[in-house]
Amino acid sequence: MIFSVDWLHELVDPKMDNQSLMDELTMAGLEVERSIPVARDFSGIVVGEVDSVEKHPDADKLSLCLVNDGSNIYQVVCGAPNVRAGLKAPFAKVGAEIIGSADEKPFIIKPVKIRGIESNGMLCSAEELGLAESSDGLLELSDDVGLGEDLRSLLNLNDLSIELDLTPNRGDCLSMIGLAREVGVLTRQEVKTAKVEIVDATIGAEFPIEITAKDGCPRYLGRVIKNVNPSAESPVWMREKLRRSGLRSIDPIVDVTNYVLMEFGQPMHAFDYSTLEGKIEVRMANEKEKLTLLDGKEIELTPDILVIADARKAVAMAGIMGGLDTSVTEATRDVFLECAFFAPLAIAGKARSYGMHTDASHRYERGVDYQLQHRAMARATQLLLEIVGGEAGPVTEAIGNLPEQLKIELQFSSILSLLGVEIAQDEVIDILSRLGFGIASRTESALEVEVPSFRFDVTIEVDLIEELARIYGYNKLPKTPGLGSQPLRSQAEASVSIGRIRQLLVGLGYQEVVTYSFIDPILSALVCPQDVAIPLQNPISEEMSVMRTSILPGLLSTLSYNENRQRERIRLFESGLVFSLEADDICQVAMIAGLISGSKFPENWSNDKELCDFYDVKGDIEVLLGLGGKIDALNFTPAQYGCFHSGQCARVDYDGEPIGHIGALHPAIARKLDLKTAPFLFELQLDPVKSAILPSVETLSRYPEVSRDIAIVIADSVSADAILALIRDQAGEFLTNLRIFDVYQGDAVTKGKKSIALGLTWQHPSRTLSDEDINTIISSCVNALHDKFNANLRS
Amino acid sequence: MAEPDSLLAEALQAITDSGDENSLEQLRVQYLGKKGSLTALLKSLGQLPAGERPAAGENINLVKRQIQAALEARKASLVEDSLNAQLSQEVIDVTLPGRRQSAGGLHPITITIDRITSIFSSAGYDVAEGPEIEDEYHNFEALNIPSHHPARAMHDTFYVSPGTVLRTHTSPVQIRVMENGKPPFRMICPGRVYRCDSDLTHTPMFHQVEGLLIDEGVSFADLKGTIEDFLHAYFEEEMPVRFRPSYFPFTEPSAEVDIGCVSCGGNGCRICGHSGWLEIMGCGMVHPHVLEMSNVDPKKYNGFAFGIGIERLAMLRYGVSDLRTYYENDLRFLQQFH
Repeated sequence: MIFSVDWLHELVDPKMDNQSLMDELTMAGLEVERSIPVARDFSGIVVGEVDSVEKHPDADKLSLCLVNDGSNIYQVVCGAPNVRAGLKAPFAKVGAEIIGSADEKPFIIKPVKIRGIESNGMLCSAEELGLAESSDGLLELSDDVGLGEDLRSLLNLNDLSIELDLTPNRGDCLSMIGLAREVGVLTRQEVKTAKVEIVDATIGAEFPIEITAKDGCPRYLGRVIKNVNPSAESPVWMREKLRRSGLRSIDPIVDVTNYVLMEFGQPMHAFDYSTLEGKIEVRMANEKEKLTLLDGKEIELTPDILVIADARKAVAMAGIMGGLDTSVTEATRDVFLECAFFAPLAIAGKARSYGMHTDASHRYERGVDYQLQHRAMARATQLLLEIVGGEAGPVTEAIGNLPEQLKIELQFSSILSLLGVEIAQDEVIDILSRLGFGIASRTESALEVEVPSFRFDVTIEVDLIEELARIYGYNKLPKTPGLGSQPLRSQAEASVSIGRIRQLLVGLGYQEVVTYSFIDPILSALVCPQDVAIPLQNPISEEMSVMRTSILPGLLSTLSYNENRQRERIRLFESGLVFSLEADDICQVAMIAGLISGSKFPENWSNDKELCDFYDVKGDIEVLLGLGGKIDALNFTPAQYGCFHSGQCARVDYDGEPIGHIGALHPAIARKLDLKTAPFLFELQLDPVKSAILPSVETLSRYPEVSRDIAIVIADSVSADAILALIRDQAGEFLTNLRIFDVYQGDAVTKGKKSIALGLTWQHPSRTLSDEDINTIISSCVNALHDKFNANLRS
Repeated sequence: MAEPDSLLAEALQAITDSGDENSLEQLRVQYLGKKGSLTALLKSLGQLPAGERPAAGENINLVKRQIQAALEARKASLVEDSLNAQLSQEVIDVTLPGRRQSAGGLHPITITIDRITSIFSSAGYDVAEGPEIEDEYHNFEALNIPSHHPARAMHDTFYVSPGTVLRTHTSPVQIRVMENGKPPFRMICPGRVYRCDSDLTHTPMFHQVEGLLIDEGVSFADLKGTIEDFLHAYFEEEMPVRFRPSYFPFTEPSAEVDIGCVSCGGNGCRICGHSGWLEIMGCGMVHPHVLEMSNVDPKKYNGFAFGIGIERLAMLRYGVSDLRTYYENDLRFLQQFH
């Protein structure tokens, strides 16, 4: 909503400067978005009259004019096509200053020679004065303006346009009278009512109106105006008011309806009367009924759309936009004016469902005063007859189901309990009355408040209390700590917080990133071929059109982005939801994922530049899942999955359930993504990672530990897990530690075999273990390894 | 047989000449051992006349003590020498960089959410989370935004299917908490939200923290106090806070909250658009319809809700000037946080 301060002043004088007015509006909930000067900053420009025009002797397109400012005659060279003797136009005299914008130097008019001819001043266009985006000639002033009169005061150019960012509840402020009402309340100034002259019918022409959709259209006024003058033009004052309200001047009839829209907030529509057949019917559209709108677009209507129809077909989308076939044109002589109240529910959302938004739909959706139509019709008639002439028929009114006036009970005690402050009863009544609310009755404890016809946003008691708070002043309301009752809360201890998980990864050298939840479907299919991604119906772009089924694509993109910025050693992690369809159900699972790429350590003077490998990321995962205190519940199984290298991937099981995968990125995918080195990845479900056990302490043994190392030669194909499982099985209940401390493949062992060195430690809770105890266990381990895997002790 | 005095002189010289602990030990055996020279001398005392024995014995013992002392002193000096040698051999350049894993870091969004969470946790607020693909009921209807409501146009909503959206705010989490629990409620819900909008000042995904307090006898004054305390705690600065009437369908009364610009101290600068104020968050008293729809009795309970844009807070706090840098994840940007 853009309005002109001068126009506002015609209705109410706020008795304050523009900045204070803007502050006042913002603090009352009518947020000022910006203020726009209505013209460029200039001085020294007056009304001049062109006395004579001759051709410039040396330039075809320039004219040599004599300009009269009422006291002197000046020779001026002018290039405008519409310059002619007798024309009154803005005349910038020598010494006049024009400032383009705040940070530009002023342009000062000086005597100059143009193609050898002296020019003392400049005749100006609307564009040059900042009165129009563009213009193709001098600004033509009307004949009755006085020569030499200052242009700024003549056209009220010290006016200011103010743009408000109104919230959807304040449809009542989408007009000058509504805004004036609000400013009147805020500044405690009297508001003048716009003068409306009732125009009596001079002809009998009437067009029948029938309302079939009585809920959607509670009131419809129509009026025929005949014999309008098609060549009339809108007066400057009206065009300027419209311009300062952010509306373009189109033709006098549309300008008048727009003027009434701005003044009263009442959308109106003018039909070419000659194109209407039989009657006006306000009804719901028929299935698949077609209508070509004013903007030339043909739409297919649905039965939930309210339309204006004549005897044959729909001629307008009610409250949204008129039809092209029945619109006024240069040939229009007879006009049918519509001034209606359409119910907000009948209009709301409809324009948007067709991708449209109009000044009319904007207002009807929010609510137009349902008592306004007769005044608005009278105002429009009066303006039309003034500007385009013609004869008006009588106003025809059809009534549907008009809203009933709402009455709300306001308990004084509710004000205190909601706002935390007591507002004096008289002040409550004063505020509500000034806002236009009626007081139907008053008791010691409550008021019965009548809601005015223009306030669609006030339906229950809290709405009234908000109005009181707003006018009383939010910043005058008290403040308290707001702690309420606060019992101590229990804290689940058998759980690892996401904070601790993140901190651990940070400690392990991982940088947290946040990537978009919607990704490129091509990337998604490449990295997660096993998943079905959920597409968005209205993505912002193709590259962000499916929901991620995994965090890995985002991490890989981030890796690539940073590799391209000369980062070589990269460790990233991210936690968040991933989305997938499982049997038509949307699954949203929290995951934590990471990747490492480049050397094991940052480049350093002391170590080699060994690249990180599978066991680095695996080690990190072991530390991560160690947070829960149940590392024994963790298991890795060789797997072939998604984007992973088929020989370097493990499924991660925890508590016997698969929770994710770790491994190297498949080299083919690394190539497709143009990655310099294939990174190692992990992605795990977050909830299992958070699971933990409470520590339960065991008594420490007082007896010494016994350790033995054995080295075996065993087939390559036997996994470490299998060896360890077998030894655990054989090594007795007092085994406290089992570790692999060397793996060797090379010349010293037969091809196809490997040497594995194992360290075993035992401790008995209540005695010292003897050599015989241990020897027995070791031989049973060795025998079992031999029997099962054909392994031998390394000699 | 040598005289004790010449023996002493010989021993002291040998001790001084000895270069390591082994030769010292040999000298100890040589002079003081069971078969050593001094032991022999003591044994020979018997051959002296009885009257001379005490003085001679005394003399031998004196020599023995002197040799012992010399041995110990020499040993201590040798130990010290070898330690000194070791130490000087082991000198390193302590200014060389340490050997380490590089430190990672948290994303500024996480840092900001953690900070907000810890401030509200200290006042007893729980953290709740909810789905990001949300049904329209929880994202809109239950928040008093029916399908035709003009406020829907302010939420540029991503649709997954008819009736299913990417949540446009974290407010649906408050509905889910109320539906599944019993008042009083005191919680915040941080998370990702989505709007179909992308330009200099909008990313299609961003983060909010929603807050909710429902209890008996909560007033707008409690809301004002909570918000002001929070903002002062977050910015560690007692800047002015003002409340402006605004409109959200799910709160009544509703307010926008401005703070005195933390960049210019309210004098007006580029960041605050020369107004001296920064719009920082929205809040209000939970609308009775919202309570009713979530099975909370509005006659008994009321409360307030607020929503904070995380990116904006982090921008102001850390001087981030371009919203999009949060999601480019350029390590040179991220590594400035720790």
